Amino acid sequence: MKLTLKIWRQKNSADTGGFVTYPIDGISKDMSFLEMMDVLNEELTEKNQDPVHFDHDCREGICGTCSLYIDGKPHGPLQTTTCQLHMRSFSDGDTITIEPWRAKAFPVLKDLVVDRSSFDRIIQAGGYVSVNTGGVPDANEIPIPKTMADLAMDAAQCIGCGACVAACKNASAMLFTSAKVSQLALLPQGQIERKTRAEKMVAQMDAEGFGACTNTGACEAECPKGISLTNIARMNREYFSAVMSSENM
Amino acid sequence: MILDSKSPAGPLAEKWTKHKFNSKLVNPANKRKYDVIVVGTGLAGASAAASLAELGYNVKAFTFHDSPRRAHSIAAQGGINAAKNYQNDGDSVFRLFYDTIKGGDYRARESNVYRLAEVSVSIIDQCVAQGVPFAREYGGLLANRSFGGAQVSRTFYARGQTGQQLLLGAYSALSRQVANGKVKLYPRTEMMDVVVIDGHARGIVTRNVITGEVETHAAHAVLLCTGGYGNVFFLSTNAMGCNVTAAWRAHKRGAYFANPCFTQIHPTCIPVSGDHQSKLTLMSESLRNDGRVWVPKTVETAEKLRKGQIKAAEIKEEDRDYFLERKYPSFGNLVPRDVASRNAKEVCDEGKGVNETGEAVFLDFRDAIKRDTEALIKAKYGNLFDMYQQITGENPYQTPMMIYPAVHYTMGGLWVDYNLMTTVPGLYALGEANFSDHGANRLGASALMQGLADGYFVIPYTLGDYLAQTPPVKVDASHPEFAKVSREVKDRISQLLNIDGKKSVDYFHKKLGKIMWNECGMARTEEGLKKAKADIQALRKEFWSNVKVLGQNEELNQSLEKAHRVADFLELGELMVDDALNRNESCGGHFRVEYQTPEGEALRDDENFAYVAAWKYTGDNKEEELVKEPLAFENVKLTQRSYK
Ligand SMILES: Cc1cc2nc3c(=O)[nH]c(=O)nc-3n(C[C@H](O)[C@H](O)[C@H](O)COP(=O)(O)OP(=O)(O)OC[C@H]3O[C@@H](n4cnc5c(N)ncnc54)[C@H](O)[C@@H]3O)c2cc1C
Ligand code: SF4
Ligand code: FES
Repeated sequence: MKLTLKIWRQKNSADTGGFVTYPIDGISKDMSFLEMMDVLNEELTEKNQDPVHFDHDCREGICGTCSLYIDGKPHGPLQTTTCQLHMRSFSDGDTITIEPWRAKAFPVLKDLVVDRSSFDRIIQAGGYVSVNTGGVPDANEIPIPKTMADLAMDAAQCIGCGACVAACKNASAMLFTSAKVSQLALLPQGQIERKTRAEKMVAQMDAEGFGACTNTGACEAECPKGISLTNIARMNREYFSAVMSSENM
Repeated sequence: MILDSKSPAGPLAEKWTKHKFNSKLVNPANKRKYDVIVVGTGLAGASAAASLAELGYNVKAFTFHDSPRRAHSIAAQGGINAAKNYQNDGDSVFRLFYDTIKGGDYRARESNVYRLAEVSVSIIDQCVAQGVPFAREYGGLLANRSFGGAQVSRTFYARGQTGQQLLLGAYSALSRQVANGKVKLYPRTEMMDVVVIDGHARGIVTRNVITGEVETHAAHAVLLCTGGYGNVFFLSTNAMGCNVTAAWRAHKRGAYFANPCFTQIHPTCIPVSGDHQSKLTLMSESLRNDGRVWVPKTVETAEKLRKGQIKAAEIKEEDRDYFLERKYPSFGNLVPRDVASRNAKEVCDEGKGVNETGEAVFLDFRDAIKRDTEALIKAKYGNLFDMYQQITGENPYQTPMMIYPAVHYTMGGLWVDYNLMTTVPGLYALGEANFSDHGANRLGASALMQGLADGYFVIPYTLGDYLAQTPPVKVDASHPEFAKVSREVKDRISQLLNIDGKKSVDYFHKKLGKIMWNECGMARTEEGLKKAKADIQALRKEFWSNVKVLGQNEELNQSLEKAHRVADFLELGELMVDDALNRNESCGGHFRVEYQTPEGEALRDDENFAYVAAWKYTGDNKEEELVKEPLAFENVKLTQRSYK
């Protein structure tokens, strides 16, 4: 396949950045999207041009590191991660536009690499059960109905990629935050800190500069792990019942 | 010289309890006077950092990833073992110990393996308490599945994302300590070297991946939890960033490297499709619970398949060879990984491979779907089947999967004693970075167990013993050794940037990978290894005169990061070959063609090789020195492994 790539290049966070167009040839349908980028980078290196920087690691759709905004969609045309996207989703002669995630809380570091440490800080605000190592009960002393465990697992599958934020016109992090809040709200282990957790995580989310949720559902539509909007509804319930009887006064 | 493992004396089942009791303690008020550096925040690192911070130590945690949640542990699919015996099927701590020792082909240390089996039960309790959503039965209790090399069901899992859920659990515990101010987290920071002062590890030198800044960090102890080195083969199931750099730098500063040639080739991976391939994808071993492995009985049929003249489904039952079930009736498709891989290679070498390249066998779910319904198979393996379809474009519910072995795990690593301390006092290695528990072959679902055992339940005790004997005086990086090591790091960076050669870093990495895969992979010969050694030396020389690394240090520079890693792989590769040449026997994943039983199984030589081969660095481009740790087996009888 012969393609034209329009790629966002930006030297560092201070640079204004802009698109650069690269023609590329000899791409096979079996290549993954990132392998196509590897080919481009080998060619650029050959010509003594700085390779395009992008984040990636597992290339299996699980680490959440890859993060390209392809033709106006986070992770491209399929509901999957960029690393699991293959060139068979494109046709010979296509022009493909590649940009970084765009959100105030995800500043660009270089080219297509953004800083998502705001997500870590949301988790640090309360995305855990406060137990120390050792001294916990036997695992089977906490029976959990299978349906609950399955629902919790559905939410826990979030890979922290940030596509939900990139897809949202307000750059809201509600889907990401609600996935963690839901997982722990559904499980008996999470009950003790249920109220403070929702409050603290939402407060951190706001402090990081993520936008408000206006329920457009764009996040769910682009989430590679199928995290459902019902998590946002659940978090809203958690949050409102928490602020009504706040322990964080 | 002989290495002392410091394994406590006494009956196997009492060693750990006694050892914990005999370990010195740091009193609670003094703990805050100690600084501990943890490099790596995968399962081993995150669990260690969180647990040590909970105890009151000041922890600095480093990862080159942008977040601890990205560590390669996230990719583990199948599950984690524990001797809970929830299934009432005869499991016990001793059985898990025995299976692990046997699975490792009698090349692991008894005392460590027993401790691992012993603490395995606490790991599951800990993870459940954190909110890890393990799979459950309808009654609300935990579910289990079976894995290779065991005849009991002891594997706990969270769909096909067990590593993800365990890592997110450890990450949440770590995040809590970051919020508490007990852990200072340094993401996107790569450790470049260890600083050793008066024989003790006293800190590290790092490079900030975004700014290029080279920094020094001092502490009373340094823990390396930096994962495995499977990417020395270029193509592997490991994440792209996995590397040996931290362990290798420690090695060059005095830490011995043990059993480097013990690598695991996993039988169920998606076959290579072309030269552009950047990594290989694992299909979880759990699939072998229900999938049946086969190739056509004759080369002629296989040829027709390869040419696309017939389809798998058209091949009649009597024309199929379910070779694992035929050769190993009692374990069938669930033989250990080394055995399954070698057998797949063997049938493909005979010309019975089923894809275009001739390097693939079938993993067929037809019978399982007939027996259990498609819905049930989907519930068990849905995400794996989806992943397969995304990568290959084929639907595995309708046509059998195609699989081939790929490099997956490295049993070798930094040598550690019973306390997980390397040969450099104050320097520890945890998780896949050490060599400790899996001998010559790791059983499925045991790496997650080991990483978490090391981090949650072993290091909090053994590190205390060391620190209690270290004065709680403030440490800083003012010692001239820090400046010296830091200068060396900077020199190497500028050296790499100034070679200004013609070939990219990937060019060298791919070439090295080919050499390693062909000569130091699934089957090894003396002749091939000798050739590999010369080839690697030549390639290393070419690297240092002809590699092209663009850009500067003072920026995000992914080529520079890779160049550092590949430079270290080029040294490690040679040591792996040396180790494979030295070990004139076959055991587990190390298969020397010259040493096999008449049936083609690995033939051990217990008389001469029942030892850990630890290698001591003696200088650049010099032969390393072999130091042995003899292995004593007091609780199991060494037998020819049989899974028939
Ligand atoms: C595809 C796949 C599936 C697997 N499935 C299973 C399974 O089902 N069951 C099982 O038991 N095992 C499985 N394994 C093996 C298991 O996942 C790993 O052995 C284990 O997770 C390793 O954990 P770790 O903490 O030692 O290292 P890792 O998780 O690899 O973490 C390494 C850490 O070190 C950091 N690091 C490395 N070098 C540096 C440096 N120089 N400076 C700073 N930081 C550094 C990294 O950033 C990372 O945080 C699987 C492995 C693969 C590849
Ligand atoms: S909710 Fe979905 S899109 Fe958002 S971070 Fe999680 S996995 Fe990514
Ligand atoms: S690289 Fe890990 S999810 Fe894409």
